[in-house]
Amino acid sequence: MTKVRLTVNGQPWTVDIDPRVTVLDLLREHLGLTGAKKGCDRGQCGACTVLRDGRRVNSCLVLAVSADGSEIVSVEGLAGDSDLHPLQRSFLDHDAYQCGYCTPGQLCSAVGALAELEAGWPSAVTDKGSTPTLEPEEIRERMSGNLCRCAAYVNIVAAVYEVGRSA
Amino acid sequence: MRKFEYLRPEDRARAVDLAANPDVKLLGGGTNLIDLMKIGVETPEFLVDTTRLGLDEIESRADGGLRIGASVRNTDVASDDRVRERFPVLSAAVLAGASGQLRNMATVGGNLLQRTRCAYFQDVTKACNKRKPGSGCPAQTGANRELAILGGSEHCIATHPSDMAVALRALDASVLIETEKGAETIPLADFYRLPGERPDIETNLPYGSLIVAIDIPAPRNGARSSYVKVRDRASFGFALASVAGVLRVADGRVAEVALALGGVAPLPWRARVAEAQLMGAPAEPDRFRAAIDAELEAAQPRPENAFKVTLARRIVVRVLNELAGATREGEAS
Repeated sequence: MTKVRLTVNGQPWTVDIDPRVTVLDLLREHLGLTGAKKGCDRGQCGACTVLRDGRRVNSCLVLAVSADGSEIVSVEGLAGDSDLHPLQRSFLDHDAYQCGYCTPGQLCSAVGALAELEAGWPSAVTDKGSTPTLEPEEIRERMSGNLCRCAAYVNIVAAVYEVGRSA
Repeated sequence: MRKFEYLRPEDRARAVDLAANPDVKLLGGGTNLIDLMKIGVETPEFLVDTTRLGLDEIESRADGGLRIGASVRNTDVASDDRVRERFPVLSAAVLAGASGQLRNMATVGGNLLQRTRCAYFQDVTKACNKRKPGSGCPAQTGANRELAILGGSEHCIATHPSDMAVALRALDASVLIETEKGAETIPLADFYRLPGERPDIETNLPYGSLIVAIDIPAPRNGARSSYVKVRDRASFGFALASVAGVLRVADGRVAEVALALGGVAPLPWRARVAEAQLMGAPAEPDRFRAAIDAELEAAQPRPENAFKVTLARRIVVRVLNELAGATREGEAS
């Protein structure tokens, strides 16, 4: 067992865990936060996406011991003290899901994707050497790490686009 | 996942000490290694975390090149202004790989050392000479659509999955390492090995190596560079074929050229035959086609991946046409 300190949704935790435990399993099995989902458990579906120190990551591939000292935000912490995060509101308004299993990961990923766009980080569809702008094509590319087997993609793009535009 | 002990050395010297142990695996972003540990392909006794050794800077070199620390995240390579300005092919190649989440995690050193996604390698119930030497290679006559057409052997036709390494190969990058014996620089040209009879040995890294950085020499004056990747879906997929191209045209002729292919070989494949044909030749599409055809004469396609020969030819011609066009526009302006 290894002692790990991290902050989850603003709350500090110190836990003694087996080094094999991923951040995803820590959240779900040890801290009772079942928002982040275990889809593929191999970094291929994005359902486990959380923010680590402000950046979106696949929590199924991050060992909790290696995240020692990090600040983790999962879907449960996105809204902070408010009722809903603007992206959560927008997903409701645009009907951006069907079964909802991928939604927590989609939401955390969208928060990260919009922050990355805002910071001027390019994507594969950004014109060479230019600053990226908020376009549906940019959102589709940047959200490609989040699969939705119900194929709610059209409404997800619209939901993310609206929040990006009003930011 | 098999039990292991997690170690986080406080400095490079300690990391190098720890690396000299056959039961150790070095951990970067974990995007490939943790996955392989889950599916039982990797079973280290010790996992040594290399992400907090201060190897996370990108520095300008005196010659105009760049030194990229081994723990720099892929995202930070792709979005670095110096990389985008001096080596657009590198930024493009990194952004063509994986997803936003994975690029935020994956390190440069780990990207170089990631393993093939060959289905047989990833399935411990199947034979695989790379995973278990001497057990056989079912891919030769099995599911080989994604696998190599160049550089393979009867023992292995796995492809190297990295996009980043393809760009680095075209840019003549080198890998800086440290072992117990000291520091060493290995040109990327000598870094990877063809499978031959030992597909389990993928690199020429000395025993107990810690990768500390990648050096990229100054960009070639007036040369343009670009990356083209073709995959089964629009985003978030490994290359069926890709090409990193660097080209400078002077007076209508090829003055400098570098071509590296991805997704078609066990390593980032530098197309030296094509380059030799192109040097000094008119920068015209028929010459581009002839040059890549000469390179691909060595291709040994399997039943399911013969299409890669055509695909590789087309993307090489496309990237050269684009770069030649951009060069002409540059001369006109």
